[in-house]
Amino acid sequence: MASRIIGQSRKRLEDPPLLTGQGRFASDISFPDQLAMRVVRSGYAHGRIVSVDTSEACALPGVFAVWTADDVADLPPIDVRLTNIKGLAPYRQYVLARDKVRYVGEPVAVVFASDAYTAEDAADLVVIDIEELPAVLDAAGETGDFAPGLPTEVIVIEKGYGDADAAFKTAQHVVSLTLSVGRHSGVPLETRGAIARYDAKHDMLEMYGAAKVPHWNRDQIAIMLGRERKSINLYEGHTGGGFGVRGELYPEDVIACYAALKLGRPVKWIEDRRENLVACNHSREQTHRIRAAIDAEGHILAVEDEFFHDQGAYVRTHGATVADLAAAMLPGPYRIPAYRAVGHIRLTNKTPGGTYRAPGRYESTFARERLLDAIAAKAGISPVEARRRNLLQKADMPYDLRVDTLGTKVVYDSGDYGGLVRKAIDATGWQTLRDAVATRRKAGETVGVGLAMFVEKSGLGPYDDVRIELSPSGAIEVITGAASIGQGVETVIAQICAETLGAAFDTIRVTHGQTDRIERGLGAFASRVTVMTGEATRRAAEALRARLLAIAAPLMQTDATQLTVSDGWIARTDGSGPSMAIADVARSIDATHGASSEASFESSHMVYPYGVHVALVQVDRETGGVTVERYLVAYDIGRAVNPMLVEGQITGGIAQGIGGALLEEFLYDERGEPLSVTFADYLMPTAHEIPPMDIVISEDAPSPLNPLGLKGSGEAGVNAAGAAIAAAIDDALGMPGLITRLPVTPQRLKAALAAR
Amino acid sequence: MKPAPFVRHTPRTLDEALAILAEVAPQDGRVLAGGQSLVPIMAFRMARPAHLVDINEVAGLDKLIVENGMLIVGARVRHGAFHKPVEPGPLGALLASVVHNIAHYPIRMRGTMCGSLAHADPSSEWCLTAATLDAELVARRKGGERIIPARDFFEGLMSTALKEDELLAEARYMLLPAGTKFGFNEFSRRAGDFAMSAALATYRIVDGRIADARVGVGGAEASPRRIPEAEAALNGQMPGDAAFRAAAEAASAAIDPLEDIQTTGEYRRDLVRAVVRRALEASVK
Repeated sequence: MASRIIGQSRKRLEDPPLLTGQGRFASDISFPDQLAMRVVRSGYAHGRIVSVDTSEACALPGVFAVWTADDVADLPPIDVRLTNIKGLAPYRQYVLARDKVRYVGEPVAVVFASDAYTAEDAADLVVIDIEELPAVLDAAGETGDFAPGLPTEVIVIEKGYGDADAAFKTAQHVVSLTLSVGRHSGVPLETRGAIARYDAKHDMLEMYGAAKVPHWNRDQIAIMLGRERKSINLYEGHTGGGFGVRGELYPEDVIACYAALKLGRPVKWIEDRRENLVACNHSREQTHRIRAAIDAEGHILAVEDEFFHDQGAYVRTHGATVADLAAAMLPGPYRIPAYRAVGHIRLTNKTPGGTYRAPGRYESTFARERLLDAIAAKAGISPVEARRRNLLQKADMPYDLRVDTLGTKVVYDSGDYGGLVRKAIDATGWQTLRDAVATRRKAGETVGVGLAMFVEKSGLGPYDDVRIELSPSGAIEVITGAASIGQGVETVIAQICAETLGAAFDTIRVTHGQTDRIERGLGAFASRVTVMTGEATRRAAEALRARLLAIAAPLMQTDATQLTVSDGWIARTDGSGPSMAIADVARSIDATHGASSEASFESSHMVYPYGVHVALVQVDRETGGVTVERYLVAYDIGRAVNPMLVEGQITGGIAQGIGGALLEEFLYDERGEPLSVTFADYLMPTAHEIPPMDIVISEDAPSPLNPLGLKGSGEAGVNAAGAAIAAAIDDALGMPGLITRLPVTPQRLKAALAAR
Repeated sequence: MKPAPFVRHTPRTLDEALAILAEVAPQDGRVLAGGQSLVPIMAFRMARPAHLVDINEVAGLDKLIVENGMLIVGARVRHGAFHKPVEPGPLGALLASVVHNIAHYPIRMRGTMCGSLAHADPSSEWCLTAATLDAELVARRKGGERIIPARDFFEGLMSTALKEDELLAEARYMLLPAGTKFGFNEFSRRAGDFAMSAALATYRIVDGRIADARVGVGGAEASPRRIPEAEAALNGQMPGDAAFRAAAEAASAAIDPLEDIQTTGEYRRDLVRAVVRRALEASVK
């Protein structure tokens, strides 16, 4: 039997260079004769471009070129990915603003100079004359016009099933809430970067600094520049965090590639932090008007939700994804007999939006779980009891939700939601926790506990390919179309390959994010890599193992069924006789190239892990400050390939969830001027704000959709954080329903208390 | 976030530094000490000094001694120097209790007390300390020196009485009498952030009652200052909850609160009430 590697907390293969200062991030890459690129951005939220005067900038010594929209007039807008929703095209963004600017930070001109300092000096000299227009800043308010005949309401997403109207007519109670989630986003430690160069001899355009979806971006750049896709390669290096925002195709990437081609010199663009906070995708900002029809015991009869999604100034690569997922995933783990969601995707004069870790779910979980808390209050039962009464049961699985998203039907593949609630409650020592809270309250403290549940989605298809090459020396390379944004792809894929093939874990090299190494690939998003790339790896490894055994059998004078492989050695299952290294078998197949295998995994359904969050908070009634004292996440992942990495994913997610619940927010003034443009204004949680965490990894519900039972964990830690913390604050203050808006800033909490 | 072009001067003596400052001050010359505020502002190009007079090599400015009943803090003394008491009396202990609220450890190892005072951020802990303790600020210029009392030094948001060609060479604090009680408290969104309000209080106990009370409030107005109404509410009272609450109320009512898009004047008054009372409570812990 092959030794067990899947399920073990193996140390990460990717760590040695990172821990010894040998990381290679975008800004570590340079080429001789490169030009530094600096983007000149709009200082107005909305306005007509009267003129752009580049003469002074061009005259500055060291400046090579200054481009405006006229110089990139051939380039189409950046396209939308992964959607079959129509009507988005007119709202896409050109790489440099034409005629109008629609948010502060929109690229208007671009400078190419000898170095970054000169480029920034020259950027200061570009004079942009803009005739200011009124800005639209509230997606739930009055709409405006994006362009003549194009309203700022891009599209309305509708999903649902059952007869909600009838349920609301006959319900014992109706519970209604208006809830909102603030504008915040993934803010990776490493800002974006694009380093492009053109090799005329091979007619090859290369871009470094790629992440997340290199193949799709390669194909899109090819289309936009009118080149053959084979004449462009994208290379992913180390990536200092992705979270959904990094690695999407942005104007700056395309400009850098186009400039390398047109100017004949390598072009390097490194985003600075101030740019990052106004130029990289924002996310999350939604307002929900949600209501539930319930019976006297608190059973849900129907849920209706109308929400407004603030997409910012343009539709970017994610199209309608965030709002679509919010509408599709809102029902969560509960039995909701009738459901209707109406999501308005609206443009405003703010930085355009995209996905951020648990897109649409952080928002809709907040709405749904606040609703469950309100149902509990209305029915006079505890929040935990309200959930128990409405949870889907194990026997309901697989459960067809009767809605679709991302081109797939939402069918919960497996789950024991009630079982996980019990695990979470056991792990928190629920009664002891409640007793401790009661004791502290008697002593005058304001402390409370909140619980929230969610169903995640993971493993988005439609395919992934893997090629495994076993060299004559015994080294193994797994070549994937996945991408690594720091989540541990190499380790997880190597674990699956090592166990399936029977190879030693440390002989495996995993290649990802290089478009010249594999024909196609979907990259890293939607908690998909472990499921999709993992299963493709398992298949390729299984095929290679079978081939090696078939070749080895006659050499070892036995039948292949009598052989096994472990740690790179083939031996008889009964332990008798000699053993043979897989490297020797590879050599016998082809002394120069060894052996290889290829496999694909195609899937038209996602898998659905699920979780429970529990937060313990203390509220400072005088200042409105909230301290998260302890945090628990229980999460059923089906099967954890590497529990340490799952914990890591959840830990980081909790931190980001706390950020969105209490700290992080992109604020704008009444003219659309962004106010959160530095880390002194956009408040990321630090180690001081992050409490001790308990993480319970459960494997009760393996997915039936892949043989290993895999589900993903990328978004588990963040999903319900806003909901759990809001519930905990309500509980601390003894005021159910107090928190209706995230983030809960001290100012807002004091105002909410004063209003009661 | 690359600064605009500038010339950096590196004098080795104070006279040399003052001579250069006199020359470059009219051409937007600025003094560079720890750079923990100035350098980021330059990176944002919100400040574009044409010249920086870097005093990090200037001899004598690292003075940190007690002379004639006063603690002298030279312009090169970093925040981190106060992590442990710099003198055995209450002043050393007070400075050590305040310093830990300043930003984060790496910043404290580089930034300077005099740099903070000259920068005059309304929420600066050192500005609050200087105002509360009536520090003397020693301004040197080529061929001259003047001593500015803290109450005249802070002139508003990021604004001081220093002239362009003046270097804040020293801050001087009277030693506090033995037995002086003190307490500090601040409220910020995150550990190490600029305080949204902060308070520092000192007093002595004479015959069981509060005497010589000083109550300073920072972060709530354009400049930190002593609040006489709060001090009056303390002097002559027994230290304890009633007096502390009365002082907190008085401070809250007395301030002219800073407001911004997120923070109403009412909220700032709430914070001042909380931080003053908590500072006073800390004084008896």
